[in-house]
Amino acid sequence: MSALNRRRLLKGAGATLGALAFAKAIEPVFEFTANLSGDEFLQKHYRELSPDDLRTVLARLEAETKEKYGADVTIRDIRPQDGVQFGYALNLSTCIGCRRCAEACHVENNHDRKTHQSYIRVFEMQQGSFDMEQGDATYDHPVPQPGRYYMPVQCQQCDNPPCTKVCPVEATWKEKDGIVVVDYNWCIGCRYCEAACPYHARRFNWEAPEISAEEINPNQSYLSNRIRPQGVVEKCTFCLHRTRTGALPACLEACPTGARVFGNLLDPDSEIRWVLENKRVFVLKEELGARPRFFYFFDV
Amino acid sequence: MSRKTTAKESEERPKHWVSYPRFLWRSLALATDGSWAFYAWMTGLTAIALVGANAWAGQVSSGMGVTGMSDHVSWGLYIANFTFAVGLAAGGVMMVIPAYLYHDDEMHDVVIVGELLAIAALIVSLGFVVADLGRPDRFWHLLPGIGRFNWPISMLTWDVVVLNGYLLLNLHICGYLLYMRFLGRKPNPKWYVPFVFLSVIWAISVHTVTAFLYSGLGGRPFWNSALLAPRFLASAFVTGPAFIVLALQVVRRTTSFRVPEGPIQTLLKIMRVTVLVNLFMAGAEVFTEFYTGSSHVAAARYLYIGLHGKTALVPWIWTGLAFNVFAAIVLHTPKLVAKRPLLNLALVLVFSGVWIEKGMGLIIPGFVPSTMHELVEYYPTLTEWKVTAGLWAVGMMVFTIALKVALPIFGGEVGAGERSWKRDDAPDSDPEPAPAE
Repeated sequence: MSALNRRRLLKGAGATLGALAFAKAIEPVFEFTANLSGDEFLQKHYRELSPDDLRTVLARLEAETKEKYGADVTIRDIRPQDGVQFGYALNLSTCIGCRRCAEACHVENNHDRKTHQSYIRVFEMQQGSFDMEQGDATYDHPVPQPGRYYMPVQCQQCDNPPCTKVCPVEATWKEKDGIVVVDYNWCIGCRYCEAACPYHARRFNWEAPEISAEEINPNQSYLSNRIRPQGVVEKCTFCLHRTRTGALPACLEACPTGARVFGNLLDPDSEIRWVLENKRVFVLKEELGARPRFFYFFDV
Repeated sequence: MSRKTTAKESEERPKHWVSYPRFLWRSLALATDGSWAFYAWMTGLTAIALVGANAWAGQVSSGMGVTGMSDHVSWGLYIANFTFAVGLAAGGVMMVIPAYLYHDDEMHDVVIVGELLAIAALIVSLGFVVADLGRPDRFWHLLPGIGRFNWPISMLTWDVVVLNGYLLLNLHICGYLLYMRFLGRKPNPKWYVPFVFLSVIWAISVHTVTAFLYSGLGGRPFWNSALLAPRFLASAFVTGPAFIVLALQVVRRTTSFRVPEGPIQTLLKIMRVTVLVNLFMAGAEVFTEFYTGSSHVAAARYLYIGLHGKTALVPWIWTGLAFNVFAAIVLHTPKLVAKRPLLNLALVLVFSGVWIEKGMGLIIPGFVPSTMHELVEYYPTLTEWKVTAGLWAVGMMVFTIALKVALPIFGGEVGAGERSWKRDDAPDSDPEPAPAE
């Protein structure tokens, strides 16, 4: 065998060995793709789905929930209503920091049980300071504490949302009733929106959510509380599966002090309008120009 | 092997469908032939790349919970390295400008090294973007036409455009020049000079757009500064030349390709300016943050001195700054520059220094404290380090192979004909070039 042939043979052997080693190294990827249906992979953007497509997608998602989580759920597609602009207000004078809103969110929105995820973080603030640096969201003591006030923060559903404009694939957008949503089946998981949000309102599914069949809330919708896939961003949707059908957000219903006010900003007789017209309301970080739809006020 | 006749024909009327596959085949041979040291180097890099691929595969499968990132610090080592790699890619332009704009002939002879570095660094940076995706399987959503490409609104789509555009530009320039040299024909300036000029502007744009990714976010005061883009460019023009000067010395030692001293000196001159500009800008930022003392200073305080007892980044940033200052001193002391090993040490340190400063030192403080002023620290996990090492190993492999193919062709040792290609201005008495091995 000539030197040239031997070299060629060795090169071939090296290339084969390298290719085999590579195939072996990326083997875990195939565990992931094995759980990924072709339909899921090829699914179009929510806003490009025809009514027929959407029915198929919803049925598939329900079947997948049954298969992966063992729960029978109904996943609906609930569209915004005309003449409705949702707004939310929170009375800082009455909030006692009990975190029942955060817990209700956790349950309603089928959050991961292990991390005890919620779209709401409640900050314990120093009386006399509005500096967030003095706030603490990890307090663990009876509430309310003297000299403290409490400020729950969730998605502010901004009218000029910094999060939607950075999304490279239009996987997140503002609906016509003012709710900012995410297509969990279109998000590529780059987390640029999470970096852009000034209110720490977005969450990423670092792992596939864990939740037992009994604990799953079966009343679900595509754009809100269905169990999110691994590796995508999620956020508060003002419980659109409830609010678009006339119910109130879960966090509001859970509040024991009536600190939360939710409603249609276009309805002159709504409580939210009364609050906006009669209380001295403010929004967080107004200087950033995101124009939140979530208002805070003090009663006294 | 007698290819004299075909070469002659191709000179008169090029049959690209014959000669181009031959060029590719010859390149493949060049890329895979080498000394034992070359094979050892490539095998080592392959091993690291495989470890990285395996770690990434595990991350895709079990989710990004295997990284140290959280909802508070949602970008980490990957985006830090992405940012740095883009700078390295842009840094190659510091060879292109002297070579083409100022007609530095010696630089012109080695400029291909800078262009190939850009290609390798771009592949690395795109690799880091993919590594950072929670759903890499949905990558196609980014493809214009097929997916929904949020251009021109999202800065990330701009980055996808400029990075891939810069990659294509450099692939075209390098590919065209190499193929022409392989054929033994004089490259037609029409086919590459406009692209070279475009690539100069484009190089500036890749790093500017990457800076805009961060500086455009109003909710992150640490990044929301007009100084970010200029600082990115200044530091890119430190790392690019530093890496190239080191690479040119390796080429000089390990190949028969002639590396003149002129380009090295030019690059060092450039670095003397850029290293100071970079340090000056760092100082300007530190002054503005600390003297103002508003709550905006929290991130800078966390970075430089620690905040509320959290000090994870403090040793990093001071090490990075010390490396930069050391290199600045060496570069500005002629006696020290003359000591090659010391100079090389300074180059390695300044490269690492910028890696720290623009990587961990820039990305992480953007998240600490978080937008709601929560202090959650970030420590990269082993998975992240493996993927990072793997991607840089891939980059080094690409760069090595690119040089391995390009230098013999550029040096005129390999071509379609048996004779070597000579520059018009080359002396006639030029002896037959030495064989590649």
